[in-house]
Amino acid sequence: MANVIKLRKGLDINLTGRAQEQMLPMISPTEYAVVPDDFPGLTPKVTVREGDHVRAGDPLFVDKGCTEVSFASPVSGTVTAVERGERRKVLRVKIAPDAQQEYADFGVKDVAGLTADNVKESLLQAGLFGYINQLPYAVATRPDTAPKAIFVSALRDKPLQGDFEYELNGQEKDFQTGLTALSKIAKVYLGIGAKQAATALTAAKDVQVTVFDGPCPAGNVGVQVNHIDPVNKGEVVWTVDPTAVIFFGRLFNTGKVNLTRRVAIAGSMVKQTGYVDVLVGTPLRLILDGNIADGCHVRILNGNPLTGVIANDESVIGAHTSEVTLIPEGDDVHEMFGWMLPRFKDFSASRSYFTWLQGKKAYNLDARLKGGERHMIMSGEYDSVLPMDIYGEYLIKSILSGNIDSQEQLGIYEVSPEDFALAEFVDSSKLPLQKIVREGLDILRKENA
Amino acid sequence: MSLRNYLDKIRPNFEEGGKLHAFKSVFDGFETFLYVPNETSKSGTSIHDAIDSKRIMSIVVLSLVPAMLFGMYNIGYQNALAAGKLADATCWGMFLYGMLALLPKILVSYIVGLGIEFAWAQWKGEEIQEGYLVSGILIPLIIPVTTPLWILVLAVAFAVIFTKEIFGGTGMNIFNVALAARAFLFFSYPSKMTGDSIWVAKDAIFGLGYTLPDGFTMATPLGEIAQGTTVNTPICDMVVGLIPGSVGETSVIAIAIGAVILLWTNIASWKTMFSVFLGGTVMGLLFQSTGATPIHWYEHLVLGGFCFGAVFMATDPVTSARTETGKWVYGFFIGAMAIIIRVLNPGYPEGMMLAILFGNMFAPLIDYCVVQSNISKRAKRAK
Repeated sequence: MANVIKLRKGLDINLTGRAQEQMLPMISPTEYAVVPDDFPGLTPKVTVREGDHVRAGDPLFVDKGCTEVSFASPVSGTVTAVERGERRKVLRVKIAPDAQQEYADFGVKDVAGLTADNVKESLLQAGLFGYINQLPYAVATRPDTAPKAIFVSALRDKPLQGDFEYELNGQEKDFQTGLTALSKIAKVYLGIGAKQAATALTAAKDVQVTVFDGPCPAGNVGVQVNHIDPVNKGEVVWTVDPTAVIFFGRLFNTGKVNLTRRVAIAGSMVKQTGYVDVLVGTPLRLILDGNIADGCHVRILNGNPLTGVIANDESVIGAHTSEVTLIPEGDDVHEMFGWMLPRFKDFSASRSYFTWLQGKKAYNLDARLKGGERHMIMSGEYDSVLPMDIYGEYLIKSILSGNIDSQEQLGIYEVSPEDFALAEFVDSSKLPLQKIVREGLDILRKENA
Repeated sequence: MSLRNYLDKIRPNFEEGGKLHAFKSVFDGFETFLYVPNETSKSGTSIHDAIDSKRIMSIVVLSLVPAMLFGMYNIGYQNALAAGKLADATCWGMFLYGMLALLPKILVSYIVGLGIEFAWAQWKGEEIQEGYLVSGILIPLIIPVTTPLWILVLAVAFAVIFTKEIFGGTGMNIFNVALAARAFLFFSYPSKMTGDSIWVAKDAIFGLGYTLPDGFTMATPLGEIAQGTTVNTPICDMVVGLIPGSVGETSVIAIAIGAVILLWTNIASWKTMFSVFLGGTVMGLLFQSTGATPIHWYEHLVLGGFCFGAVFMATDPVTSARTETGKWVYGFFIGAMAIIIRVLNPGYPEGMMLAILFGNMFAPLIDYCVVQSNISKRAKRAK
């Protein structure tokens, strides 16, 4: 019987446009792109040039600080462009796919007989190691770190997030292989939700399964780490997206890098919600072609409305994207006296509005801040949606004041920006908390380097 | 939408280089008052809760309305009672008299306070903050009805500038702004704030109410206790609020309505509010059992500014303790301290104001201890 951890704090936000469990049609792309920014903390060094031919699994770029870690191409084809932005920052590496896909062969391996070093080496060779993240700092990890444990959260409970159980259908074997491979490196904790019943999750082998029973953000891997084995100064835990576990499993089972993932297309501004099986690097405009509702400005998010990145014409399915969501932008809305009206159509965790009266109604929220930025006024707002043994408000203040000692004391090593996503949602002072935490973590990482 | 178009049309005048740029903060203030800003998030969370600081402050103002309305009625009631004309006075007449007596104070408080806020926001190039919407109504409710307007102007200006703006505005102040205004009056103009001659309005206004003789005095029940006289006010009058006192503080029932609004919307912390009463009860019982106070413990809770302070002032999220554990300690400290000052210091018949200001001062220390325990736990775990 798995351990059950009950969480009380948090908030489930029910948005309209949840992805239906159906597959949507897809046009084959004529171009893919891999975006280094998908891997937090990475400074890329591109190892290919325009015109080079790559196979699926060949490296496109490496981590400048640790050149062992390379990042695989999702497709075989010709590199068409290495696009750079300000100060020559690499924005994306574009590849035109071959008609016939060619895969780099890394050899089928029986993970049961592998050692920790074998597993790491295989992942490094195949350019998949960078899919492993770590706490502290919430960045892509490096092979020289010795994790005290590895955490995988199979629970995606943020609003409009894709259902991992649906994605897992047919991928059970690869998922288990991936878990077993990781278990060679350190103890693996698999966090699942109370409603998840797939045996590939509940009866996963070589891992310790923990059920997290509570509202969002129970699925945040950081929250799960905090409840199972919190990170202390000097320690490292690895956190792996469950889809990346499937990628790893495929590598060992087939000897190939196959970065196909099932992505949810959701949100109130989508005509037909559902799922698509796509490769990492597939352009969003292709996936969404003809499926965007008319009527108002639309915000396309590479991710969910709490943590997703605003997409543009060039955006592609990111390395960690499990859903693409479309919500109204809201910049064309002029709501008169909104702050004093009942606002039945708006969601609020506060009982000064009437969300509490409306049961499980689904809301169509736009991207407006719905208020001006202020100093912190209300107390306890962040803590009410942060189920961690951390004083969120004090941590944010210590980051804002740049006091590194105090950040360490207050547990900055245990958090990632996504843990503050709900706090940012409920914050009546409208502070950009995830940005603050990200900047704080980056500065601290630089200081400690 | 024509109003929207009009605002868009005149906006360029208030931008940098426009002829009305000096009033940009005023324009922004009115615009965001009329329309919810349609600024969208640039990073992080794309969706946001409908709650904002305007909503919070307006709910607090709403919760103060029952106490304000009853305060107006009570001003008229006390005036008629003192004149011995209670039988002749109509309910509506008394209310109207009270309203006329109180309105100038509310107007002065808002005009001076918001004026400073607008000027300050313009100077600092910031948005107008809503904090003063609450302070502006609190101040007239916690002073005696006879306070001269010119003194009120000074108190409001002092409080807004020296306890709020110089610390960085709403959310950064250490002391409760409304209480700072009252403390300023209390120590600078003691004759206007304490004694027996200030609690009842003495002049007829536009033919309403009764003019009382110059030497007329009427003490508050707490004042009577301090003078050593026996309190004859029935407990039901204390609860209903038909006793002399600062304008909004007398009616426990009106304050309770406000408390329900604040607690239901979760804007005030029930922990702080409850523990203030707990602290007051414990200390009241202690003094009652030792005979140090001539009245019952529960009378201490319903008299003076205890309820008003517990519900509206101690729970001010900015100046109170911000940790959940800290709120218990903070509230208990205020409740206990208020009764201690009342009973042990003969110079101050009422102790709530000083207790809360004292609590404000200690709130960061209380939080420090609570947060420190989390820090120690983490440090111990790391070993």
